[in-house]
Amino acid sequence: MFIERQSVGRVKPRQFIFGGQEAPLVLDSGRTLSPVELVYETYGEPNASRSNAILVCHALSGDAHAAGIHDPHDTRVGWWDPMIGPGKAFDTDRYWVICANVIGGCKGSTGPNSTNPDTGQPFGSDFPLITIGDMVTAQRHLVDHLGIERLFCVVGGSMGGFQALEWSLRYPERVHTVICIAAGAQLSTQGIAFNAVGRHAITSDPDWQGGHYYGTPGPLRGLTSARMVAHITYLSEISLNHKFGRRLQSADRLSYDIRNEFAVESYLNHQGTRFTERFDANSYIYITKAMDYFDIVRTYGPLKDAFAAVAARYLVISYTSDWLFPTAQSKEIVRALIANDRDVSFVDIDSPHGHDAFLIETKRLTQIATAFLDGSQRSQPLE
Amino acid sequence: MNSERRSVSYVNTLSQTDWDLITAIIPEGAHVLDLGCGDCSLLGALVARKKVRGRGVDIDGARLMGGMALGLPVYQGDLDEGLADFADNAYDYVILNQTLQVVKHPQVVLREMMRIGRYGIVGFPNFGHWSLRTGIFFGGRAPKSPALPFEWYNTPNIRVLTIKDFRAFCREERLKIESEHYLILNKWRRRLPARMAANLMAHIGLFVVARQ
Repeated sequence: MFIERQSVGRVKPRQFIFGGQEAPLVLDSGRTLSPVELVYETYGEPNASRSNAILVCHALSGDAHAAGIHDPHDTRVGWWDPMIGPGKAFDTDRYWVICANVIGGCKGSTGPNSTNPDTGQPFGSDFPLITIGDMVTAQRHLVDHLGIERLFCVVGGSMGGFQALEWSLRYPERVHTVICIAAGAQLSTQGIAFNAVGRHAITSDPDWQGGHYYGTPGPLRGLTSARMVAHITYLSEISLNHKFGRRLQSADRLSYDIRNEFAVESYLNHQGTRFTERFDANSYIYITKAMDYFDIVRTYGPLKDAFAAVAARYLVISYTSDWLFPTAQSKEIVRALIANDRDVSFVDIDSPHGHDAFLIETKRLTQIATAFLDGSQRSQPLE
Repeated sequence: MNSERRSVSYVNTLSQTDWDLITAIIPEGAHVLDLGCGDCSLLGALVARKKVRGRGVDIDGARLMGGMALGLPVYQGDLDEGLADFADNAYDYVILNQTLQVVKHPQVVLREMMRIGRYGIVGFPNFGHWSLRTGIFFGGRAPKSPALPFEWYNTPNIRVLTIKDFRAFCREERLKIESEHYLILNKWRRRLPARMAANLMAHIGLFVVARQ
């Protein structure tokens, strides 16, 4: 593949293992994981004091491969490649950018498809339920391991935004800035509802087999349906209409066939099917559960109190057409921070792309993040 | 075209003098909210010169990036929708400079401003200036001036008010006028002769107001 000049180029995932028997990872649920494996990637180089680290937190279906390519034959770059690289928003000439797979995922970090040391078999649904806080605690172990005292920035969109917020609440002294994109202080009722539909589609697929399907193809139909529903919530009415309208899939006449008639049906089917090739159904269940549980109010008290002790500079970004995490939810965070006289900036980006805008509208995001990070060097210079 | 460009730069020059005046008014270390802050250049100057703790609000997210690059906290919002995210008495000074004339609901904005801040600083183009009066009287055309250089169909200045109007507004809203400043012939004045002539002579009025 042609490597553009601003690309981080070829990258190699790395592995970090912690939480041996003497010090297992204690989860919010009270259960433990031991050992814990994290797979992560880094882009750029640390400076002498390791004060230039930016932790990128991925969303539900993302992974540690945020930028560059793994193999010269890769046709696809990392999920946030337009944002990470030399001269980009997260400028690898200046910053040391890190992205790790969340625990509970299926891309190498410990998750339901990992081997349960007690049985020698994959965990499946015996995997303990995890929270956003657990993901963040695991990341903190990695950050310790990398010798980073204070992250210059923690950034993420959607569930990545949850993690960024959690970082600043759980480890306030370890974070200089937070960029929280298209997220909120909790998952909304509507968000939980959509996740419930997705999980129902998976668990009612007989191929799910109570979560112990490893060694078989697994609940591919269920996972496809889950992704199809979720995908709709990432778009907007405008973007769906603009992309597909009422266009027919193959003919210019109605075929009066039960199968895909409209282009949008075929698109969703395609998205759903492709998703099953790269994602594990149990991980989908566990990660959506973690999102459901995320609630700053429940964990830290009313938002105004929750954000009383934070020290970071915040940049909160929402998108006008995002109906999964509407602007009002971002503003709740901003209001709580302003009430505590904290350093917070808020921008509502005008975009037709719905929730997915944080992956699509990278030009505007680049300008905003660059300005914010530049400004943040005034209070903590990189040296 | 040429004259338009000149007049726009004249307005820019005016706003520079606004800054000097506002900087002089605001005490060292004050807590300041700038409504309609644009790229935060005024707020940036206040931070540099008066060590204020400031926050900027503007409807234009692209311009706010200027403030972010200065390390200032900024908030994208529409003043006409109120400022519910800001608590009562949260700021020492709330600035509304060259913004009052472009909002749809000036009363809402001014009330919000005086709820949030102890003092308000309000600067606006004076529609009572003699050139505007004679322009409409003799020319019969919607007025233009260095401070109001636009055509009726493209002006962002949808609220036209005079210095006298604003004084009356303060009376009705029970706001105490702490000081009045008038830009007359390129110089800020506030003494009695200027005060008498301000409504006729000033291009810009700038008021410092407080709750009674």
